[in-house]
Amino acid sequence: MKEKYDVIIIGGSIAGVSAALTATNRGKSTAVITNSTESSSLYKAEKITNYPGIPAATGKEIADILNAQLASCGADVIQGRALSVMPMGDSFGVAFGSEFCMGGAVILAAGITREKLYPGEGEFLGRGVSYCATCDGMLYRGKRVALIGNNEESDHDAAFLEKIGCTVLRFRDNARYEIRGGIKADTVVIGGTEHKVDGVFIIKDTVSVTKLVPGLEYAEGGIVTDRKMSTNIPGVFAAGDCTGKPYQLAKAAGEGNVAALSACEYIDKKEK
Amino acid sequence: MAVEHLNGKSFNETIASGVTIVDFWATWCGPCRMQAPILEAFEAEMSGIVKVGKVDVDEEPEIAGRFNIFNIPTLIAFKDGVEIARNVGVTDVNGLKKLAGY
Repeated sequence: MKEKYDVIIIGGSIAGVSAALTATNRGKSTAVITNSTESSSLYKAEKITNYPGIPAATGKEIADILNAQLASCGADVIQGRALSVMPMGDSFGVAFGSEFCMGGAVILAAGITREKLYPGEGEFLGRGVSYCATCDGMLYRGKRVALIGNNEESDHDAAFLEKIGCTVLRFRDNARYEIRGGIKADTVVIGGTEHKVDGVFIIKDTVSVTKLVPGLEYAEGGIVTDRKMSTNIPGVFAAGDCTGKPYQLAKAAGEGNVAALSACEYIDKKEK
Repeated sequence: MAVEHLNGKSFNETIASGVTIVDFWATWCGPCRMQAPILEAFEAEMSGIVKVGKVDVDEEPEIAGRFNIFNIPTLIAFKDGVEIARNVGVTDVNGLKKLAGY
C-alpha cells in the first residue's frame, strides 16, 4: 500500500473493478478498498443472463473473472471496510480499519447501503454506538457490549472484542433493534427484551454512505450524481448500486467506467 | 506553537484559559491517524488564536473518562476550561473552526 494514490475506489465488485480497469488504463495509480468478495451481492446472484459478452453465468463465476482482472490490472487491492472519507487540502483521506491513505479523487462503488438507521442509532452514534470495533473497542475493555451484524467482519470484530476482555452479546438477526440510553447508549431492545450493555457495535457490510462521506447528497435510494457520475462533492464520484436502481451489472459496469474517466479528467485538470 | 500532547497536568493548565481544541485519539485507530494532519493544518492557520492539543486515550484514561469519550476521534472545544462544543469522527479544518467558534 502506498500513502497516496491518484484514485481510491471504495468497493471491489463490478462497478469498482470497471472503474479500476479504466483508471489504471489511463495510467493513474489506483487503490481499491473492498470487503471479501463473498459479501458482494453479485457473488450471491444465482444466474445472470443479461450481461453482454458473457453467456448465462452464476454470480460467483462472474465475480471470479472480475477478481482475476482486478488482481492483474495494476491496482492495489486493499481488504477492509472504509470508515471515513474526508477532504484534506486538495486530496481526500480515506480511513479503513487502523489505516488510512490519501487519494486525489474518490469513487464510491460500495453497493447498496443501508441508510435507514435503527431507532436510537443516530442519536447515540458517538455516545456508545460505534461502527468500528478496532477503533473504539479499546474504550470498552473488560465491559459488556452488544455486537449487531452477521458478516465476516462482525465475526472478526467479535473475536477482537473478546480478546481485549469484552463480554460480547452477538445479535445476528436481521431485525429491528432499538437502542436506548441516557447520556450514552446503555440498552439494546429486541423483540421486547432489554439487554443492558456498556456499548453497541453495529457492523454493517458497508458504512452508510452519508456517514462515510459527510455532506454527500443522497436521495430516493441512491447517491445523487450527474451523467459524469460526479456527486455534489468535487472529486468524489459514484457508480453502481450505490447510485440507485436498476441494480444491474451492465449499468454498474458502465457507471464505473464513466466515473473513472471523470475522476481522471478531474485529476488532470487539477494538476494543470 | 504546535500541536501539544497533553497529560493529566498539562491538560488542565492548557484548557484553563482561552479557546482550546483537544483531539482525543489513539494509535490503533485509522480515522485518528487521518485526523492528525488536519489538526496540524488547523493549528498552523489558527496559531496564536486557538490552542490545539491531543490526548492519547490509552495513556490518559482518566481524562477520557471525565469527558465521556466513547468513540475516537472525538474533538472537543474548550473555552476558559469549559466545554463549548464537540464532534465525534474525523473533522475537517472548517469543522474545527466551527467548533472553536470561528
